[in-house]
Amino acid sequence: MDEMKLIVQAPPHIRSPLTTKKIMFTVVLALIPAASAGVVFFGMRALLHMVLSIAAAVLTEFVLQRLLRKKVTIADGSAVLTGLLLGMNLPVAAPLWIGVVGSIFAISIVKQAFGGLGQNFMNPALAARAMLMAAWPNQMVQWVTPLDAIATATPLAIAKAGIPDTATLPLLWDMFIGFIGGSIGETSALALLVGGIYLIYKELIDYRIPLAYLGTVFILASIFGADGLNSGLFHLLAGGVMIGAIFMATDYVTSPSTATGRWIYGIGCGLITIMIRFWGSYPEGVSFSILLMNIVAPLIERFTIPRKFGEVKKK
Amino acid sequence: MNNKYLKTLTNGLVTENPLFRLVLGTCPSLAVTSAVENGFWMGILVTFVLTCSNVLISMLRKVIPAKIRIPCFIVIIATFVTIVDLVMEAYLPAMHKTLGIFIPLIVVNCIILARAESFASKNNVVLSALDGVGMGLGFMGALMIVATFREILGNGTFFGFHVMGEGFPVAKIMVQAPGAFLTLGLVLGAINLVANHKKAA
Repeated sequence: MDEMKLIVQAPPHIRSPLTTKKIMFTVVLALIPAASAGVVFFGMRALLHMVLSIAAAVLTEFVLQRLLRKKVTIADGSAVLTGLLLGMNLPVAAPLWIGVVGSIFAISIVKQAFGGLGQNFMNPALAARAMLMAAWPNQMVQWVTPLDAIATATPLAIAKAGIPDTATLPLLWDMFIGFIGGSIGETSALALLVGGIYLIYKELIDYRIPLAYLGTVFILASIFGADGLNSGLFHLLAGGVMIGAIFMATDYVTSPSTATGRWIYGIGCGLITIMIRFWGSYPEGVSFSILLMNIVAPLIERFTIPRKFGEVKKK
Repeated sequence: MNNKYLKTLTNGLVTENPLFRLVLGTCPSLAVTSAVENGFWMGILVTFVLTCSNVLISMLRKVIPAKIRIPCFIVIIATFVTIVDLVMEAYLPAMHKTLGIFIPLIVVNCIILARAESFASKNNVVLSALDGVGMGLGFMGALMIVATFREILGNGTFFGFHVMGEGFPVAKIMVQAPGAFLTLGLVLGAINLVANHKKAA
């Protein structure tokens, strides 16, 4: 599992010096701007959430691999990344133990129970978040405003509550910077985009998945949005679409590795997100859309295997 | 001779526990284990139906034509299920309401048909009765083990009594469907781990 080929292609294969460790820590690096934005907006408690989640994830991986007498792989950074992503997906006012419980669940049940890195059928951080949402729905929706920490609703919840009252919806510019209620790491679209562009520049993630995902959300929200604010740009900037499309949906293990497959996968994520946001009972659907597409990723891959060099299409 | 009867009785409790070793009857196990009390009553009902149907099928095993044995078994099982359904409704209406559709569904519980087909139709009445009691109690025990985890974590109670203190943040997922799958999966995994360990030793 040291070398990771990103795209299934016909031979010849080229070996690359890229290791799992390098990839994971580069992704962590790319998350730093968004994580910092979270700390700036929501204070030191946000940092504490992320540190606790990371610590719990790494410790769980260490203890489990020791107990199962497997090679301890905490140095590859994948547990750090899972913990960080989970921490960034928590509301800052949630109790501090919630990230710890989530990280233990993510590593032990979603990741190690299925065989460790590369074997998990779902993104561990997202599955843990979905579990936390189902287990402690009250604690997981304690949204506060940035800086002054007054209880608030997320823009999506406001929009969902009824005919969007433009007075209570935040300005798009505030949403772009991240000056809105939401999870620690999801509010600042700007910081997430910086990280995403860095990853695409480093060729660590394929532009296809985020582009297909964000594009689908934008187009569908523009078509079905009620008015100016509850439409394309609003749905791109609100909630977890940015962090989801850039950092979660692009997880190598749980997304298709073929080029066509990635387009289908991204469009599917966008489609389900919009369906949940507009017609579902939850205000936000990013977690569930990516988890559902995680499950069908192997199927997508199977139907989009590229033709071998010189292979003649069967009639 | 004595040993044979004792073995039949204890077979269902541990070595061939219907839920944990044969993995039969998972549907009611997932559905009714949100509270220990539900698991207990479900276990009682299944034990009753299983024992009675085993006895009757064993008695009739030489009369029932092989070709239509499954419909015959089902008719016998359904008779006893109807009895417990009506008795529950009359004397324990609250629990009857809680278990709801899962009482009539005992008819299609795999354990009962499996024991009829694989045991009662081949063994004498006494052995079949012991098998029914053993399997039924084994099922009840398994239901209550799964339900213990789910009720304590998901509701903070055990058999309806508060055991986790006031401030315990109950994990609602544990009394919902995903909690049932998670708990059953983890308990089965743990039991397989122990069983494999024993086999290897």
